[in-house]
Amino acid sequence: MNMEERLANTVRSLPPSGIRRFFDMANELKGQVISLSIGEPDFVTPWSVREAGIYSLELGNTHYSPNQGFLNLRESISRYMKNRFNLTYSPATDIVVTVGGSEAIDLCVRSLINPGDEVVIPEPCFVAYQACVWLAGGVPVSVPCTQADDFKLTPDQLEKAITPKTKLVMLGYPNNPTGAVLSRTEIQALAAVVLKHDCLVLSDELYAELTYEPAVHSSIAAVHGMHDRTVVIGGFSKAFAMTGWRIGYACGPAVLLAAMNKIHQYAIMSSPTTAQDAAIEAMNNAEQYVAPMREEYNRRRRFVVNACREAGLTCFEPLGAFYVFPDITVTGLNANDFCELFLKEEKVAIVPGHAFGVSGEGHVRISYAASMENIREAMVRLRRFVARRCEHA
Amino acid sequence: MGRKEEILSLLERNAKLTSEEIAVMIGRPIDEVEKTIANMENSQVILGYHTLVNWERTASASVTALIEVRVTPQRDMGFDHVARRIYRYPQVQSCYLMSGGFDLMVIVEDKGLKDVAMFVSEKIAPLDSVLSTRTHFVLKKYKMNGTEFNEQASDHREAVVL
Ligand SMILES: Cc1ncc(COP(=O)(O)O)c(C=O)c1O
Repeated sequence: MNMEERLANTVRSLPPSGIRRFFDMANELKGQVISLSIGEPDFVTPWSVREAGIYSLELGNTHYSPNQGFLNLRESISRYMKNRFNLTYSPATDIVVTVGGSEAIDLCVRSLINPGDEVVIPEPCFVAYQACVWLAGGVPVSVPCTQADDFKLTPDQLEKAITPKTKLVMLGYPNNPTGAVLSRTEIQALAAVVLKHDCLVLSDELYAELTYEPAVHSSIAAVHGMHDRTVVIGGFSKAFAMTGWRIGYACGPAVLLAAMNKIHQYAIMSSPTTAQDAAIEAMNNAEQYVAPMREEYNRRRRFVVNACREAGLTCFEPLGAFYVFPDITVTGLNANDFCELFLKEEKVAIVPGHAFGVSGEGHVRISYAASMENIREAMVRLRRFVARRCEHA
Repeated sequence: MGRKEEILSLLERNAKLTSEEIAVMIGRPIDEVEKTIANMENSQVILGYHTLVNWERTASASVTALIEVRVTPQRDMGFDHVARRIYRYPQVQSCYLMSGGFDLMVIVEDKGLKDVAMFVSEKIAPLDSVLSTRTHFVLKKYKMNGTEFNEQASDHREAVVL
């Protein structure tokens, strides 16, 4: 029997990750390399949040929760969204607690997309967007953003990408992998185009808590007219260093959220109960937990940007998330060769930019979610490596 | 957090950071950082740069004891005078005035149990204003100055996760 042939067409035709070989290499060398390749915090979840999870287990809270998540968690999320981003969501109807932001993205796409519907996706971006659209039978329409625009989607580009078939625009800012953050004005300009063409927006705001002076995160859902056509994806993974708990949420218009909850109910039942109890503690004292990590990220961010520039790489100032996305073309290498050679010769793992879309070619993603000691050493090696390569070039 | 406080909290965690590194991390010019640090040294906000040592991992282990001391405060001088007579001994690592059941908490480090005991009975207990002492020996250090002892810093994360 040829099992491969029996797989669903959508899955078979889903292109495998372009940097699989690089993944395997990096994982083989795991333990011997400094890894600045990782898209998750190096911090452990703050102790009080972990403790809330442990306490939940002690109480014997080991059962399913309501499908949309515990009401008190949804109330906490609602309060948080109001206080932090001035967004109003009813805990009863507008919020679903999911298994990570990942599930929320998938739910939103599956709830909206009919076969043939187009979804505009600015690149470089988180790798799951295209895959979700593809699996839902939609058509991902990639828009390559450029270094000249600090990797931000421009209203012009959006206008050009929209066709009569466009249903949804997916925005991921603060951005993984570039660290780009949209200003309020930039968001308003994009919103105007969205409104003009009557599209919907999925706004992946997983990194909303991680922006650095002078940037502040503002949500497109807060722009006049956008609240009822936007799903905001929120999470705990990045802000509270809770990747392994598998919890996140979606907020948006009630009818759409009810549809998302319908899929969630059949596919997932409910998010992990322990994680939900821990997440309540995280939400209720958010700033207390986020602030120290944000300050530490910011110091590392400045350090890495400075080191990249000193090494001779062009590097725009990333004001969000925990990534730096320098241009490595001066070395004469493409992103893949750069990363493979850097891994082999200097034992540092970083990710080639094209893994996040073709316009990432010529760039690499350096994650500063790593200890300062490792970052410092990795930057010494980066300088050495780039100098050596530039001699060759 | 103010600029000074930010520099202090960085140095408190890692005194080996150079002014240059601090300048990059907080996004200020080097000479400003150098000047701020020099000012804080002069005004004794920064009192020193120490190394946190886990002596247990060396050949020269020592013992640490907390000594609770009850004293009668002295006219015009309160507790300061007697505290000074105690904390001047080099064995005394720290000395605090306390609220509650006793007055001075004296932290002593010495070569062995006997040395500490002798120090207490010969130097502290006989002082006129000392009413009583109670000595507690430290059996194990779990955490000191914000640093956890014996914790292996290792990275269990997957090498590449997008
Ligand atoms: C932009 C972005 N969105 C969503 C996610 C998914 O996060 P989670 O499912 O852990 O909440 C990630 C994780 O890397 C991300 O970078």
